[in-house]
Amino acid sequence: MLRYLIRRVLYAIPILIGVNVLTFTLFFIVNSPDDMARMQLGVKRVTPEAIDNWKRERGYDRPLLWNETAQGIDHVRDTIFYAHSLRLFTFDFGKAESDGRDIGHEIRSRMWPSLSIALPVFVVGLAMYVTFALLMALFRATFLDFAGVILCVTAMAISTMFYIIGGQFLVCKLWNLAPISGFAPGLGAWRFTLLPVAVGLIAGFGESSRWYRTIFLEEINKDYVRTARAKGLSEGRVLVHHVLRNAMIPILTGVVVVIPGLFLGSLVSESFFGIPGLGSYTIDAISSQDFAVVRSMVFLGSLLYILGLILTDVSYTLVDPRIRFE
Amino acid sequence: MRVHVVVSTALLLAASAGCTGPWNDPYPASDRASNTLYSAFVERPKHLDPVQSYSSNEITFTAQIYTPPLQYHYLKRPYTLIPQAAVDVPVPWFEDAQGRRLPDAAAKAAIAFSVYEIHLRPGMRYQPHPAFAVGADGRPRYLGLPAAQLAHFFELRDFRETGTRAVTAADFAYEIKRLAHPRLHSPILGLMSEYIVGLKEYATTLKQVNAAMVAEGRGDGWLDLRKYPLAGVDVVDDTTYRIRLKGQYPQFVYWLAMPFFAPVPFEADRFYAEPGLVSRNITLDWYPVGAGPYMLTVNDPNRQMVLERNPNFIGETYPTEGEPEDAANGLLEDAGKQIPFIDRAVYSLEKESIPYWNKFLQGYYDASAISSDAFDQAIQFGGGGQVMLTDDMRDKGISLKTAVSPSTFYMGFNMLDSVVGGDSERARKLRRAISIAVDYEEFISIFSNGRGIAAQGPLPPGIFGYREGDAGINRYVYDWVDGAPQRKPVEDARKLLDEAGYAGGTDHATGAPLVLYLDATARGPDDKARLDWLRKQFNKLNINLVVRATDYNRFQEKVIKGNAQIFYWGWNADYPDPENFLFLLHGPQSKVKSQGENASNWENPDFDRRFERMKNMANGDERQQIIDEMTEIAQREAPWLWGLNPKEYGLAHAWMKNRKPNQIANNLLKYQRIDAARRATLRDRWNTPVVWPIALGGTVIAVFGLLALGAWRRRERGKGRVDVGGAL
Repeated sequence: MLRYLIRRVLYAIPILIGVNVLTFTLFFIVNSPDDMARMQLGVKRVTPEAIDNWKRERGYDRPLLWNETAQGIDHVRDTIFYAHSLRLFTFDFGKAESDGRDIGHEIRSRMWPSLSIALPVFVVGLAMYVTFALLMALFRATFLDFAGVILCVTAMAISTMFYIIGGQFLVCKLWNLAPISGFAPGLGAWRFTLLPVAVGLIAGFGESSRWYRTIFLEEINKDYVRTARAKGLSEGRVLVHHVLRNAMIPILTGVVVVIPGLFLGSLVSESFFGIPGLGSYTIDAISSQDFAVVRSMVFLGSLLYILGLILTDVSYTLVDPRIRFE
Repeated sequence: MRVHVVVSTALLLAASAGCTGPWNDPYPASDRASNTLYSAFVERPKHLDPVQSYSSNEITFTAQIYTPPLQYHYLKRPYTLIPQAAVDVPVPWFEDAQGRRLPDAAAKAAIAFSVYEIHLRPGMRYQPHPAFAVGADGRPRYLGLPAAQLAHFFELRDFRETGTRAVTAADFAYEIKRLAHPRLHSPILGLMSEYIVGLKEYATTLKQVNAAMVAEGRGDGWLDLRKYPLAGVDVVDDTTYRIRLKGQYPQFVYWLAMPFFAPVPFEADRFYAEPGLVSRNITLDWYPVGAGPYMLTVNDPNRQMVLERNPNFIGETYPTEGEPEDAANGLLEDAGKQIPFIDRAVYSLEKESIPYWNKFLQGYYDASAISSDAFDQAIQFGGGGQVMLTDDMRDKGISLKTAVSPSTFYMGFNMLDSVVGGDSERARKLRRAISIAVDYEEFISIFSNGRGIAAQGPLPPGIFGYREGDAGINRYVYDWVDGAPQRKPVEDARKLLDEAGYAGGTDHATGAPLVLYLDATARGPDDKARLDWLRKQFNKLNINLVVRATDYNRFQEKVIKGNAQIFYWGWNADYPDPENFLFLLHGPQSKVKSQGENASNWENPDFDRRFERMKNMANGDERQQIIDEMTEIAQREAPWLWGLNPKEYGLAHAWMKNRKPNQIANNLLKYQRIDAARRATLRDRWNTPVVWPIALGGTVIAVFGLLALGAWRRRERGKGRVDVGGAL
C-alpha cells in the first residue's frame, strides 16, 4: 500500500503542474499584466509609469512562459510562470496583489469560518441523508417511499439561492429567530452558523437522499440480502447491517473525496451570510483579478481534491477487506 | 411533550447565548445600550496607508483616523474649506524664478513658484500605538526584537505596551516624502510630481536607494526618508512647514484636505519594517497611526472594522453655522459642543444588498442607502411627483435625505473616430442629433428610479460654475418651456441628421445604412435591458447601434488606444472645483496622446485656452464668465452626451442625529450623534422572536417520526406473520 501511495503522490506532481499551467494560461488569456496593474492601482490618475512600476516590482514585466531573450535554463526561469506559480509547490503562496497581504496567513485564518459551516453540514447531512434514504428503502414501493421521492425531487428542483433568500426572509426577518448575516469569532459563532447550516442541509437533501436511495435499492435485491432475510433477520437489521455496509463503497466514493476540501468553503453561501471564509475570499479574488490569490486557491483546491481521491482509495480497503492495492 | 422539549431547548439556547434582547441581534448583548454607531461596508478596503488609499470604501476609515491640514465645513454649502490640523487655510505667496517674493497680483507669467506655509495647531498627539512605546532604557520598546520574541506577535494588539508623542510639522513633511516611496505606489505621485518642487527627482533618488537595499538583501527594510531631503518641502519649526509648488495650482488646497497630506510619524514606518511583521500583515497599510478623533481597534476586513474614540484627540467643536434651513432641521442643536459624540463605530462587511437592507429595517444598521430592489419598499411619489417615504418607513421614524452627487455619467464620442469624431460640421450635427434622440429623462426614470437629473453640461450641481434654470440648459438639446427644460422633439434630431448627410439613417455619399458602435461593459440582465433601451434610442434616427459588450479590461484598453467609437464613462469629483470636471475635456490630457483623463480625446483650442486661464482663477464673476463660455463651446461641439448626475438617497433611523448629506467630505463620523436608549427600545419592539414555527417544526418532525416508526413496526409484524404462514 505504501508503494501505491508513493506512486499516487508522484502522479499528483504532473497533474498539479498541468493545473497550474492551465490556470495560468486561462487567466492570461483574459487578463494582461497591464490589466492587472490598472485594476490594482485604481481607475483614477493611473499613469503609464505607475503601471510599469507595479509590473516591475511584482515581476510581471517578464514574458509569460518562455523568455526569448534569456539564455539556457533562464528561458524558462526568467518568466512570470516560473517566478509566480512554481513556488506554490513549496506552499509559499506569496502576497495578494490587491492588498499586499500574506495569502498563507489569510488561508489559515479564513479556513475556520468555512469549516464552521461545512463540517456540520457534512457530518449532520451525511447522517440525515443516509437515514432518510434507508427509510425510503425500507418503505420502498409504498406511499411513504413515493412521498419521500417527491420531496427529494421538489427539493432538488429549487435553487440553493432560493433556500438562502427564503431562509433569511422567514427565519431572520419574519420570525426574528437568528441574525440574517454576520459572524463572530469563537463560540459566539453558533448563532450565525445555525441558518447557513440548515440551508446547507436542506439544499443538499434532495440530491443526496435520492442518490443513496438508489444505491440502497440496488443492493437490496442482491442475493446476500435475500439470504439474510431467509435467515429471519428483521428488515431493519438487514438494511443497517448488510445493505448499508455493502453500499459503503459508492457512498465513500462521493463522500471521502470532499473531506479535505471542506475548509475551502462555499462560494455563494458565504457571500450571502457574511461568513468570512475561503469561499468569499476566492470570489473576491476573482472579481478583483487577484491572480496571486486565484492561483493559490486553485492550486490548493486541486491538491486537496487529489488528496481526497487518495483517501477515498485508502478508505475502500477499510470497508472492503477484499480490496488490495497492487 | 415533544413540543415542550423543542420550545424549551430553543429558549435554553437563546438564554445560553446571553440573548436578553432580540434573538436576531448580530451584536453582543453587552453592546446593546452602548454609544456605538453601526454601519456596513460592501467592499473590503485594500489600503489604509494614507499615501495609497484613494477609494471611497477606504477613506470611510482613513478620514476618521488621519488629520490632514484642512477639511470641509460640515454644514455650509457650497463646500467650504476650513482648518483641521492647520490653524488657518493657507494662502500661497508667489516667487519668481530666482526665488524672490512677488506681489499677490503678480502676472501669471512672472510666477515661477507658489509657496504654502502651513501653521499647525499646537498640542496634537498621536493615538496610543506600540511604535511609540519606550523601554526602561529609553529606547523604542519593540525595535530590534529577536525573531523568537516577534514570533509571538500575530496582531497589533499583541504588542501590549503603547506610547504617544506630539504631532510635528516634520511628520507632515515625512508623509509628503512617502508619496514618492518606491514600494508604496501612491496614485497621486504622478500628479504631485508635476507641482511639488523636486518630488520627481526625489522619487528617482528613492528608487536608486531602494534598488541598492534590494541588492543588499534588505528589500523589506526601513527606508528612512529623513536622510533624504525633499527640495519642495521645508520644516520651519515644530508647528510650521512650507510646500513649494511649480507655478500656480490653486486646487492644491483641496488636496490638503485629503489623507495624502496627513501626518505620519517616522516611528510608524520604522516599527512596521521590523522583520517578520509584514508576513503577519502587521503593516501601516493594515493598522493606521493617526491623530484624528478615532483609531482603528479591530481590523478584520473580512468581517468587521471597529473605530474607537482616540483618547489623545485634541478636540474640536460642532459647527455653529450652516445653511439657513439647518437650524430648522435640528442640525445646529449641538452647535459649539465638543465632538466626537460617538464612542465607537462598528462597520460590518455586508456584500449582499438583501441582508444589508433587512438589517437596516431591523434597526441593526443606523443608516442605509436604497438599493434598486428596495426602492419601492422605501419610496413613493406624491401626486405632484414629489419624493416621499412609504408609510412603513414613516411608521418606523425613518428619515430620507437626498443630494445630487458631484459626479457625472456620460456617453463619450471618440473624437479621433472618422464618423462621430473630428471638427467637421457633418460629425458635429450627427453628435447633436444623437444628443437629442437619446432621452436621458426616460433613462433616469426607468433605470434609476428617478434618482438623478439629466446633465446639461460637464459640471454637476454643487460645483462652482454650474448654472441652474434657463441660463444653464443645453440649448442644442433642450428648450425652456413652462419653467423647465424640455428635450427638443426627435424631428429636430432627424433634421440635423439630414443636414449631416445621413437622412433616414443612410449615408448619402455611399448609400450604406449608418452603423455606429458602442463599447460597453455588460455584466448581467440589467445591462442588457439598458443596452436594448439604448438601441431603441438610436433607432429613432434609423441608426443601427451595434453594442460591443466586453469586460472592463478590454473596454479600458480600447479607450486608452482610441479604438472605441462611443462609450460610457463616469467621474466622481476629487474636490469641489470646476477644474476637476473641465479637465476631462482638456485637449492636452487626451487619453490616446498622454494617457490622461480626457477619454473622448477632444481638442478644441478655444476651450483649452480658456481652461488654462480658468484653472488658476479664484471663484468669482470672471471665472463664471469663462466657465459659461467653455460650457457653451462644449455643448456646441458635443464631444459627450452629457448623461446624468446621480441623486443619492439616504435613509436614517430616528435615533440618528446631525445627519446631513455631504458628498465631498469624508470625516463625518465625528459630527454624528445617536440616542442609544431609544435604539435599544425600538430594536426590541421590532424584533420580538416568533417561536411557534419552532414548535410547529418540532411537532411535524415528531409526528412523521412516529408515523414512520408505527409503519415500520406494522411492517415488521406483518412480515413475521407472512413468514410464519409461509413456513407452515
